[in-house]
Amino acid sequence: MAPFLNVENLTKSFGSNAVVKGVSFGFNKGEFVSLLGPSGCGKTTILRMIAGFESPTSGSITVDGHDITHLKPNQRQLGMVFQAYALFPNLNVGDNIAFGLKIAGMPADQRRARVEEMLKLIGLPGFEKRYPYEMSGGQQQRVALARAIAPRPRMLLLDEPLSALDAKIRVSLREEIRAIQLDLGITTIFVTHDQEEALSISDRVVVMNAGNIDQLGAPHEIYNKPATRFVATFVGHLNTIEATVVSASSHQVDIDGQVVTLPSLPGGAATNAPISLTLRPEVLSVGERAGADIMLTGTVSDVTFLGSVIRLRVALGKNIISLDTFNDQRTAPPARGDAITVSLASKDLLILN
Amino acid sequence: MKQSRFWAWVVFGVGAAYFLVPLIATFEFSLRMRRGYYSFDSYASVFADPKFQATFTYSAVIGLLSIIVGILIVVPAVYFVRLRMAWLRPYVEFLTLLPLIIPAIILVYGYIRLYNSSSIIPFTGSATGTDILLTFAYVTLALPYMYRAVDTGMRTIDVQTLTEAAQIAGANTPQIIARIILPNILVAVLSGAFLTFAIVIGEFTIASLLNRPAFGPYLQNIGANRAYEPAALAIISFIITWGAMSMINLLSRFAPPHFCPDGLTHGPLP
Repeated sequence: MAPFLNVENLTKSFGSNAVVKGVSFGFNKGEFVSLLGPSGCGKTTILRMIAGFESPTSGSITVDGHDITHLKPNQRQLGMVFQAYALFPNLNVGDNIAFGLKIAGMPADQRRARVEEMLKLIGLPGFEKRYPYEMSGGQQQRVALARAIAPRPRMLLLDEPLSALDAKIRVSLREEIRAIQLDLGITTIFVTHDQEEALSISDRVVVMNAGNIDQLGAPHEIYNKPATRFVATFVGHLNTIEATVVSASSHQVDIDGQVVTLPSLPGGAATNAPISLTLRPEVLSVGERAGADIMLTGTVSDVTFLGSVIRLRVALGKNIISLDTFNDQRTAPPARGDAITVSLASKDLLILN
Repeated sequence: MKQSRFWAWVVFGVGAAYFLVPLIATFEFSLRMRRGYYSFDSYASVFADPKFQATFTYSAVIGLLSIIVGILIVVPAVYFVRLRMAWLRPYVEFLTLLPLIIPAIILVYGYIRLYNSSSIIPFTGSATGTDILLTFAYVTLALPYMYRAVDTGMRTIDVQTLTEAAQIAGANTPQIIARIILPNILVAVLSGAFLTFAIVIGEFTIASLLNRPAFGPYLQNIGANRAYEPAALAIISFIITWGAMSMINLLSRFAPPHFCPDGLTHGPLP
């Protein structure tokens, strides 16, 4: 089955600066996909090209089999929510939501019914006479969402819609957005630089780096099996341990004077060659644990109390690694300077390109 | 602190006297038409003059037409310069300043030379044609004020994001300008409109040289031939002009909630 949204070899250059470098992907109908990456990686430019606000330098965009590459934004039948809300200040909430419906020529009674339906959906019934300036940021963004989906667009584009909101509202609103998206079954593209946001609400995540797609996959794939070093470092915390190969044939490496045996070594690693090992903080455990086949000893260099979790930084020598341990209220957390043993399963080590 | 406030009041008093004393003197003189008494006879005489009514109506109509044409030209121009052609802005600003530098007499001679009855576009060949020419001349004359008023209004809204939000909802450019941009800069546009009206109502040079029955030439004619009526007309003109200015102030109180470039909407300014 052909994807609902198909992007082929999309490139965008501003003068000599290539912002998007020939990206291709396909999203299925009803999917919630996040474009994730740091500032300047090209994620917003891709979204704006899908919306029609930027013309691609080359490549094509098709939605439901129709080529929309050269259509004007008002001919694409898409909905979009902006970071800055972009509610029309001269219109009240009801008129803001009804704007697209009015443009489409929907009769007044049907418009009223649709506005009421949308206000119920976003949890703001009775707000139709309020003006944007009379509402909080979270409420405004909900109205912007209602305005975007009221005309029943073919696809919903979300351009960092939570960035201007405070932390608590961001979490609740992203859950609401996801619930509404699932309820309506609308194909949605969500642009964000916040990995937690992307991982928590997406069916799939596209990780972008310098105008290219580094990885496209389900959130757990992105996190557990990062395709590149960039993905591994950008998504979640990552420890990097610099080691030296003691014996390439027996897969032994030296980590700050402690020799451990690995199941395999990166291709081309020779005896006495330096190698980098990477691992997530949560695969490390304090003390021995079942299934762990590597034990390392070190000294606690820092303790950060995060409520339910305690983040420790452990100096193995030159290498400093961080690990998370649950806050057990019955025992005191380790203190700075304590000697500590950490264990991990060698299969959890990430060998990256 | 007290001393600095004292000198501030002195400067204010001198400035106020500079403007008010001639005004009070003119007003006082306008009341002395009847010997030995203060009366409004000169005002009654002015209002009873059919030429006053005719010329004032003519200038008011031309003023309204100039405002409409000015809005139709300036609002889309500022919108597109802000949205798509930011590089053009310094040139447009310079262009809109030209009517302040080029005297009206030069402008009208240029017009007469270009659009006389034997030219390709003979605007001055008919009364209607000359009225159209006069309207465009006033649009040009008011351009510096209208442009700046609209540009300032447009600066208070996030033109690009609002445009994109309207576009993605299905609106085309005329719909965006009419339904979103214009209502959000209405107070600024009305400021420009009242300034245009104030300029048109008292303008003499262009109307006189195009030989149109406007209020400006009427004022000049009365001033040259009567004693007390010119003073009454000066006060009437003053009231009209300041009435227009006061409307700008009044309307700004009813400004719609505005959108700041920080992306957040705010209530009316205190």
